[in-house]
Amino acid sequence: MEFIINFLVAAVAAGTPLLFGTLGEIMNEKVGHLNLGVEGMMSIGACAGLLAGYHTDNFIIALAAAFLAAALSALVYALLTVTLMANQNVTGLTLTIFGIGLSNFIGIWALEHSETGTLKLPEMITAQMRDIHIPGLSDLPVAGPLLFSYSPFVYIGILIAIVLAFYLNKTKSGLNLQAIGHNPGAADAAGIKVTQYKYASILLGGGICGIGGAYCAMIINGGVWVNNNVGGLGWIAVALVIFANWKPVNAIGGSFVFGALRILKYYVPKSIFPLPNAFYDMMPFLITALILVITSMRKKRNLSLPAHLGNNYFREER
Amino acid sequence: MSQNHYNDREPVIRVVKRAELPDRQITLLRLLALILALAAGGLFILCVGYNPFVIYGTILSGALRSPMAIQATVKIIIPLLITSLGVTLAFKMRFWNIGAEGQIIMGAVFASYFALFHANWNHWVLILVMAAAGMIGGGLWGLLPAWFKANYGTNETLFTLMLNYKALHIVSWLQDGPWRDPGSQGFAKIARFDKNASLDKVLGVHFGWIIALILIVIVYVYLRYTKQGYEISVVGESQETARYAGMNVKKVLLRTMLLSGAVCGLCGMIQATGSDITLTTGVTGGVGFTAIIVAWLSQLNPVTILIVSVLFGILEKGSSVIQSSFGLSTDCADVLQGIILFFVLGCEFFIRYRLVARKKKDGGKERNKGGER
Repeated sequence: MEFIINFLVAAVAAGTPLLFGTLGEIMNEKVGHLNLGVEGMMSIGACAGLLAGYHTDNFIIALAAAFLAAALSALVYALLTVTLMANQNVTGLTLTIFGIGLSNFIGIWALEHSETGTLKLPEMITAQMRDIHIPGLSDLPVAGPLLFSYSPFVYIGILIAIVLAFYLNKTKSGLNLQAIGHNPGAADAAGIKVTQYKYASILLGGGICGIGGAYCAMIINGGVWVNNNVGGLGWIAVALVIFANWKPVNAIGGSFVFGALRILKYYVPKSIFPLPNAFYDMMPFLITALILVITSMRKKRNLSLPAHLGNNYFREER
Repeated sequence: MSQNHYNDREPVIRVVKRAELPDRQITLLRLLALILALAAGGLFILCVGYNPFVIYGTILSGALRSPMAIQATVKIIIPLLITSLGVTLAFKMRFWNIGAEGQIIMGAVFASYFALFHANWNHWVLILVMAAAGMIGGGLWGLLPAWFKANYGTNETLFTLMLNYKALHIVSWLQDGPWRDPGSQGFAKIARFDKNASLDKVLGVHFGWIIALILIVIVYVYLRYTKQGYEISVVGESQETARYAGMNVKKVLLRTMLLSGAVCGLCGMIQATGSDITLTTGVTGGVGFTAIIVAWLSQLNPVTILIVSVLFGILEKGSSVIQSSFGLSTDCADVLQGIILFFVLGCEFFIRYRLVARKKKDGGKERNKGGER
């Protein structure tokens, strides 16, 4: 029993950066922009979050810095693909290469210019982002560790997912936003400010990715600078968007499932299932590819998939 | 957000498609973008406290200062060049093959099988078999998403992306299990290939560079002067048109992706047997992604691809010299590459479109649609 609880708790921790990345990418794809720059935006968020945390020793400021820096990098993407109508795939890939390069470059530079030669997060912020402990609740059997034992990041992520789900499905503005992803021409004709929505959604999505990056730097890597600290999670997040069927609430469960897949290899007894580690590492991609194929094989149109995904909108061509 | 009334006022500035610019002006605009990009990169270097001219100078001289340095630069250029040619085939067809990484890896895996288990074959037979195996491996890995795209319309961008990681984990499985070198204590890796199974050197670099140069010509001629190449560009322009003209779109799709994957697979074979002399998970070195940038920067033109690959190769090799002389990380190359592409992508807009300011009185009726010549 305790073994299972440990596994589930670890799965949530491993899935959290994916949750942020997925939510961010959903916001991009909802307005029709397939942003392959998630990995880059997360890297930039990781770098900004860690450096801000290191210098201010304040968790909130670190989060804000991660959000803003990644949103700024998303602005480059938005400027190029929304206003200048550049190819989305190429721009996104460039953002990834640029983002990883820039954050590594700055990270190493900061490491060498730091007084102690290490970039370890100071005491106070480490305490602020430690796993929460609510007296009484956290001590409950089963429910305690499963529900009340995580780093604040986990709760922030779930909160963002719920807010986004509410916004997208229950508010007029959210429905407008989804209309843009399906048919920007019709949305424009209906008086929806397509460009503004796109910018807002892409920037917001980028910022959310950045928080996921901060989690990678501050929690997964223990608050010290490590090169390539997002380590490909951004790409899994792109896959997860499909798994979650473009729904923020599904992203919560999906991230934790993928988190479980990432750590499964440490928990499955090798004597019973002698599968190679690589098989477990491959699982998220295998499953996503299967879902991708199966959904495309079904004749029924998938209404969650933004119909205009990947295509830029040029007003004069509608 | 209640804006149901129709807003017929014209925006202050609007975007209009341009008639085609003369080639000279296009080249000029792109050069301007490159210069702006280098200036922006210089600003970045200035911000971290170095003289941009010194850094740029060191990159250039570092990559070309000695025969040894040039050889190292060429070694970086080879995979970039070949892979860019490979993805160009798919991109011409507007098929978003983001899966070059995976195709390179599968090519390397297929070739490595012969390098590991048939190293005693006649050298040239072995090299030819490995090249063929590499092309088959990469080709099949490229064919898979094309088949699903052709039959079910499966999104190829996402599918090829997933295939990259499957290929990667196949290698990590191989080096962890079946192909693990029993001679390596504790550390999981695949044994170094026999000398018989590695590419020969010509002028100090494995002869992959000759293959790359030949491929430029082949791809150029194929795209420009053959019926199949023509079909690719028609399908890329519009599948409807292609169908109307009686082309078998499905066949073109499958054939082109097989070729695109095969070229990338050949690159994998060359990297494994020429550069690494073994198979590792790092066989691609991220080239599959960079190649997409190179291909796009080059407007899918094989000759321009050569130029851009050389430029990127110099940037990458030069950055390693910057690291040793100034202690700046080699990631500098990625940052500069990113900035260059951002600017060139931005400049494309001004090649294709022009901005029209709102006229004061006549409501901005568009006149002179042909653009300014």
